[in-house]
Amino acid sequence: MPNDIATQTGIGARVKRKEDFRFLTGRGTYTDDINRPGQTYAYILRSPHAAADIVKIDASKAKAAPGVVAVFTGADYEKGGLPAGWQIHSKDGSPMIEPPHFPLCKDKVRHVGDQVALVCAETYAQARDAAELIEVDYKETTPIVNVGDADKAGAPQVWPEAKNNVCYDWHLGDKAATDAAFAKAAHVTKIDLVNQRLIPNAMEPRAAIGDFDRATGEFTLYTTSQNPHVIRLLMGAFVLQIPEAKLRVVAPDVGGGFGSKIFHYAEEALVTWAAGKIERPVKWTAERSESFLTDAHGRDHVSHAELALDKDGKFLGLRVSTKANMGAYLSTFAPCIPTYLYATLLAGVYTTPAIYCEVKALFTHTAVVDAYRGAGRPECTYLLERLVEKAARETGMDRVEIRRKNFIPVNAFPYQTPVALQYDSGDYFSTLDMALKMSDWAGFEKRKADAKARGKLRGIGISTYIEACGIAPSAVVGSLGARAGLYECGSIRVHPTGSVTVFTGSHSHGQGHETTFAQLVSEGLGISIENVEVSHGDTNKVPFGMGTYGSRSLAVGGSALVKAMDKVIAKSKKIAAHLLEASVADIEFKDGKFTVVGTDKSKTLGEIALAAYVPHNYPITELEPGLEETAFYDPLNFTFPGGTHVCEVEVDPETGVVQVVNFTAADDIGRVINPMIVEGQVHGGVAQGIGQALLEGAAYDAESGQLLTGSYMDYCMPRADNVPNIQVGNHATMCTHNPLGSKGVGEVGAIGSPPAVINAVLDALLPLGVKDITMPATPYKVWQAIQSAKKAAE
Amino acid sequence: MPTVSMTVNGKPVTGEVEGRTLLVHFLRDKLHLTGTHVGCDTAQCGACTVHLDGKAVKSCNVLALQANGAKVTTIEGLATNGTLHPMQEAFRDNHGLQCGYCTPGMVMAAVSLVKDVPNPSEDQIRHGLDGNICRCTGYHNIVKAVKAGAQAMGGK
Repeated sequence: MPNDIATQTGIGARVKRKEDFRFLTGRGTYTDDINRPGQTYAYILRSPHAAADIVKIDASKAKAAPGVVAVFTGADYEKGGLPAGWQIHSKDGSPMIEPPHFPLCKDKVRHVGDQVALVCAETYAQARDAAELIEVDYKETTPIVNVGDADKAGAPQVWPEAKNNVCYDWHLGDKAATDAAFAKAAHVTKIDLVNQRLIPNAMEPRAAIGDFDRATGEFTLYTTSQNPHVIRLLMGAFVLQIPEAKLRVVAPDVGGGFGSKIFHYAEEALVTWAAGKIERPVKWTAERSESFLTDAHGRDHVSHAELALDKDGKFLGLRVSTKANMGAYLSTFAPCIPTYLYATLLAGVYTTPAIYCEVKALFTHTAVVDAYRGAGRPECTYLLERLVEKAARETGMDRVEIRRKNFIPVNAFPYQTPVALQYDSGDYFSTLDMALKMSDWAGFEKRKADAKARGKLRGIGISTYIEACGIAPSAVVGSLGARAGLYECGSIRVHPTGSVTVFTGSHSHGQGHETTFAQLVSEGLGISIENVEVSHGDTNKVPFGMGTYGSRSLAVGGSALVKAMDKVIAKSKKIAAHLLEASVADIEFKDGKFTVVGTDKSKTLGEIALAAYVPHNYPITELEPGLEETAFYDPLNFTFPGGTHVCEVEVDPETGVVQVVNFTAADDIGRVINPMIVEGQVHGGVAQGIGQALLEGAAYDAESGQLLTGSYMDYCMPRADNVPNIQVGNHATMCTHNPLGSKGVGEVGAIGSPPAVINAVLDALLPLGVKDITMPATPYKVWQAIQSAKKAAE
Repeated sequence: MPTVSMTVNGKPVTGEVEGRTLLVHFLRDKLHLTGTHVGCDTAQCGACTVHLDGKAVKSCNVLALQANGAKVTTIEGLATNGTLHPMQEAFRDNHGLQCGYCTPGMVMAAVSLVKDVPNPSEDQIRHGLDGNICRCTGYHNIVKAVKAGAQAMGGK
């Protein structure tokens, strides 16, 4: 039985967020809110060209401009390049091509926005003005931007060492078994798909402040990061060669990440390096235009897929070939996104026995592409759910039944897929039934008829998805090419009078960890939630951390806290046994009290903490004073959230405008700590999925390589009137291998939703004969598809 | 450099600015009122929304000099004596914020919306807030919050 405190604020309670007061009153501290004494302001001169040789740079006028402290170009930069965190091997066993990635370009620029010079000045305006005085002679060359064309003969080459722009040519699965499955198929469904490039657009633009303390030789970097320890590791060890003990990285309040703030960026290294050179703090804040040009983008796949079915509609085999855009350089996680976070999920929620997937990663003259909310799994889910939908249409099977028929049975877990993963738990039937009920799937035909009477085309779409998160078991990812472990670290410091500070290596940038983790620890230690403070984001406070991405914070970071609490409780029991003159085996911890079993003799955590810090009556020969424990938790497997998303749209055939009128997400995310926060995560993810399906898409001009969608005037972000209310349902099966049973919720919304939306749009357009549409399904595209179908019908 | 004077959150302030200095930079850099955020450079995102003589404006789209003599309220001036404004409270109660970056602008825009439309419908809220971009919440809980906030404000 949970104690009273826990029922109000513990696991499962809708606790209002602890962090909200400061955000609602304008007292959050984001990186750009920080100012260091004597700081200079940095402006980065960026390449206006997608591909060019730098013939000559003359910065003399800029150096003499008012307020300018220093101007640096690639020739001045003597340190290392930005590393890739994963190494993928091609089919033939050769390692991927890893071109150098210096924070300032040395001889060539490779995408619009590439860093050419850094100006440090007394004010930002002076730095910006001075940058305009830098004379750069470029010799432009022809760029390649489209991933579909990047490996074709005669395509411009981004790197001489990457022949045909190929970074790696990788595969997964059993080709022979898959060929055999196709040979005996009664029906084969084929599809060609583009998963368009997206720009993550966290509302806080990236920012970084480098500081150098001449007295101690210590560097400090304040940065908009999802994982400050990872930045310290990468920047300290690989780029600037600063020992970790001399490098502090602080990621304070961070205004959203969605993956784009995982990676180590050039600007972080530049401000830190420059601060050491000029011995003054250097502050850089991206303008939104710079964010568009230089934040790591997401998705950008071109794929062909084929599904083999038997005469009853059972899936026999799946064959996939994908080209994935890396951009001009390799970003931190980029190589693993279209491989181990994509192809390994191709079984989806289905029993498809044979799968073979080839992935070619290609360089282009564009911004880097890396993890964006979902990272590989939305691409995989979109491909599978469009393909399965098409198979149902072609074979005349019911769209729901074809899915149900191929689901992995509830009693088949743990389930080994043909593409490396072993799913620990799941129940796809229950989330499907829940979604159908919540969305009133059965009542759709009436709603469709009503819409028709109003001149609207109504469609309903479904997507049944799985994802792998809780990233990740270190040994497994190590064998797959990860260059780091992916455990998490947590510390519980019980203070002398019983309040607790929790130090977590996870990083909150909207997820509400200060509340969720406080709920977890409040319940675990039986203390009031007001007595728990959560600290994160500072390498000088938190022992270590791998940060927040891949929906890992609760499943991995929360599990580390559970382990740390176990240690605190174990030690507390020993102290209680001493204080209560009982044997440790007789001490029971329940409802926040350490009690001698069968008696009313007990001690609270506060009393034990006081004894631990004022050890006058203490088992000092057996136990050290103090009450603070640290634990590292390395997961045993990935976690596997799954579920069903149902979307209902109305299309105006006169204008092509698609309105999402209903959206239902029924997810299995394992144990929930705070349902309010979980629902918020799903809402946000679904809105990003609707954004991908209907509104968003990064466009580069194919000839010039200019980013055509470089502002909110051109890149269509979902706004309040573009998204509906979202119904969220939860049917939990527990993760079997972490102590919480939690699976993760950060990405499910963005993973499950895009195919549900597009399947709904196609369902609406089906009566007109429209069979395909690409994302984003903008009014223009939908209207054109309607006109083309009409013409074809004539 | 020219001097600008205005009343910010009830206090008179004066400062030197360049002609090109935007109101948002005057608030953030000179007055250290960092609750007003900059989220874009095209007056699209609304993170910098403040009240200028009682009307919601995007402070990245107003020169500091244009606000000379005006009354400006920022997110820091919305709560009174440590008590949250009903709209702030409603955002908290309805989980209308996640990362908090768009939040000050969103709250200021919502307060202004309710002053214009005392009991807004869901549709009016969604259209009324389409000058403010949030990337975290999917707007679902923001809409709920504004509805609750409007009710709590009692049409004021």
